[in-house]
Amino acid sequence: MRSVQLIILQRLGLGLLTLLVVSMVIFIAVNSLPGDFAQAILGQGATPEAVEAIRQQIGLDKPPVTRYFEWLGGAVTGDMGVSFAQANFASNFGSTSNTGVTVVDQIAPRLANTMFLAGVTALIAVPLAVTLGILAALYRNSVFDKAANIFTLSSISSPEFFVAYILILLLAVLNPIFPSLSNIFNDMPFDARLKATMLPALTLTLVVTAHMMRMTRAAIINLLASPYIEMARLKGMSPLRVIVTHALPNALAPIINVIALNLAYLITGVVVVEVVFVYPGIGQLFVDSVKIRDIPVVQACCLIFAAAYILLNLTADILSILSNPRLRHPK
Amino acid sequence: MSALLWIAAGLVGMFAVAWAGRWAGQKATGNAPRFRDMPLAVAFGYVAAVVALVGVLIGYVNAYSADPAIANKYFFLWVAVNGLVIFGIAGWLFRLLGRSVGSAATRKLFRQMPLTASFGILVIILYAILAIFAGVIAPYGQSEILGAANVIPGGNPAVGGDPAYPLGTDQIGRDILSRLIYGAQNTVGIAFVTTLIAFVLGGTFGFIAALVGGWVDQLLSRMVDVLMAIPSLIFSLLLMTIASVWADGEKGLLTLYMILIIAVIDSTRVFRLARAVGSGIVVMDYIEAARLRGEGIRWIMFREILPNATAPLLAEFGLRFCFVFLTIASLSFLGVGIQPPLADWGTMVRDLAPFINFAAFAPLVATAPLMAAGAIALLTVAVNFVVDWMLHKSSGLKE
Repeated sequence: MRSVQLIILQRLGLGLLTLLVVSMVIFIAVNSLPGDFAQAILGQGATPEAVEAIRQQIGLDKPPVTRYFEWLGGAVTGDMGVSFAQANFASNFGSTSNTGVTVVDQIAPRLANTMFLAGVTALIAVPLAVTLGILAALYRNSVFDKAANIFTLSSISSPEFFVAYILILLLAVLNPIFPSLSNIFNDMPFDARLKATMLPALTLTLVVTAHMMRMTRAAIINLLASPYIEMARLKGMSPLRVIVTHALPNALAPIINVIALNLAYLITGVVVVEVVFVYPGIGQLFVDSVKIRDIPVVQACCLIFAAAYILLNLTADILSILSNPRLRHPK
Repeated sequence: MSALLWIAAGLVGMFAVAWAGRWAGQKATGNAPRFRDMPLAVAFGYVAAVVALVGVLIGYVNAYSADPAIANKYFFLWVAVNGLVIFGIAGWLFRLLGRSVGSAATRKLFRQMPLTASFGILVIILYAILAIFAGVIAPYGQSEILGAANVIPGGNPAVGGDPAYPLGTDQIGRDILSRLIYGAQNTVGIAFVTTLIAFVLGGTFGFIAALVGGWVDQLLSRMVDVLMAIPSLIFSLLLMTIASVWADGEKGLLTLYMILIIAVIDSTRVFRLARAVGSGIVVMDYIEAARLRGEGIRWIMFREILPNATAPLLAEFGLRFCFVFLTIASLSFLGVGIQPPLADWGTMVRDLAPFINFAAFAPLVATAPLMAAGAIALLTVAVNFVVDWMLHKSSGLKE
């Protein structure tokens, strides 16, 4: 048991280190911008005095290393600064203190929305993908398997917005079942919220399920050549039982891995899908901020995306260690 | 609620039909193993497939009997079925052609090829021709603003089309067909160049890491680890923000930055593969022999390792091209990729997207954004089909 704990601790440490380095990469990338933030906040027509004032206010006169640690410290304690759009708004209306809306205030509700979307997607996609993957492995090389192969390959390789518009066409315009724009607000009843989230969730499901299903199928089929499967078959077990009670437990590690990796993939998929459906999530905020070059928000979103990505990859790693009995019970 | 009841009743009915069908099969064939050992789920699968086929057929016939220009729910089904059948026949004919002409080796290749792969190769060839000869094939220029805006696709004057613009024009009067053709040149061309750069970068460094080993390998591998820890679309969006400040409104420069950014991000994936393949090859005897001969690092990389790593790298090239292509299309769709005067499929989808809301009463109008998105999907699907076949072939056909 000790060695497993050691491995897990090692992985956790490595994950933290990666996150630290990633935050450095993000900071360096953003700070390699020519000109500076103060100019960006105030625009072209700003007087030098005003630029200098803003520089002092957001601490741009300090050396980069100090600023990095201040930013990192702020990020850890939940203070990401004020977005340029908000600071600009405040300065235009004569307010000098940045007590306005902070980046965290902007991101928090949207992050919750995105989590909701990812959660709904995972709830639909994971059981569907595993079931379909088992079925495809069970009836491999049949017409069903070949059709599933073509269908999943197509939906993996289509861009998310193509799938999204096809779904809008079918389920929102031709047969008005779900709304094509996800209008989500704060105190919305759960069923209305679910209905508004359904189309983006289905789009992500289609993209993610295909990949998970192929991996589940491949993981099970890889095991079918092993001697103990042969033995189970010779005992006269039904094919379904052979797969569910003998092959599946041993295929669990790769399957869990693939599920976690696909949830991580959701993070990037969510950006495009949220833009298509105007879903008020963090991906939409990120793209909007990229367009208006609102650096503090871009930085914060990037850090959150990277952290979620690293965390999910780490979970995949740890779960696949835990699901391996040889590692759990070392001799 | 009643809809759910109907669905439940339909499922129960299908199960009953499946059970009855299996029973009838057992009786008719004298309990042949095919029917005797059939689980109910499989019988249900057959019934479900038949129901789905009949449903599609009914929709198809309904669409065919009505005028496609006016409101018709089944119009898109009709288009999809026709497209699928036409592509299937085209792929089949192409495979037939490949089987009967050419050298013995290519004929053998085509004989073992599944229909999906021959379809994929056909599509790739078509796209290549379109991309190379776009200037000759396209009837109008890519940013040429013509007389009429919002001409409906289909070229039928009765419903607002114009035979001069077979696929219609967009909101400011640019010919959609010409823009689609030029889009092949711009989007596919840029994606191809980006993938090539990613391969040269990732391949070279990957082989170096495998060959030299030691601290060089450690340094390169850890750098790649860090770059891969950030989701690629997010990272490229972040870098594009910075690039757009650097480029300062110069669109050509911004496109160049985009190519470099995506190439560097994707080269990390190539690096991983090249290093893994390379370190398998480096321990071979012939590398040892080359080293003893006193060959330089460049000779060993390009004359000894590269020829033996071609097969996996080629398959990776197809997949990588798809990813790069989709990334560029997504960036353009989000408005930070290839910039407006150039025709590009991602941008076209974004610009034409509002038309999709007309689908219920004017289906032809709604096809405009789907054509651009479909053009992207068709190419990536085709490349994936070919890569899938290549991988399947090289994996030696496992069970």
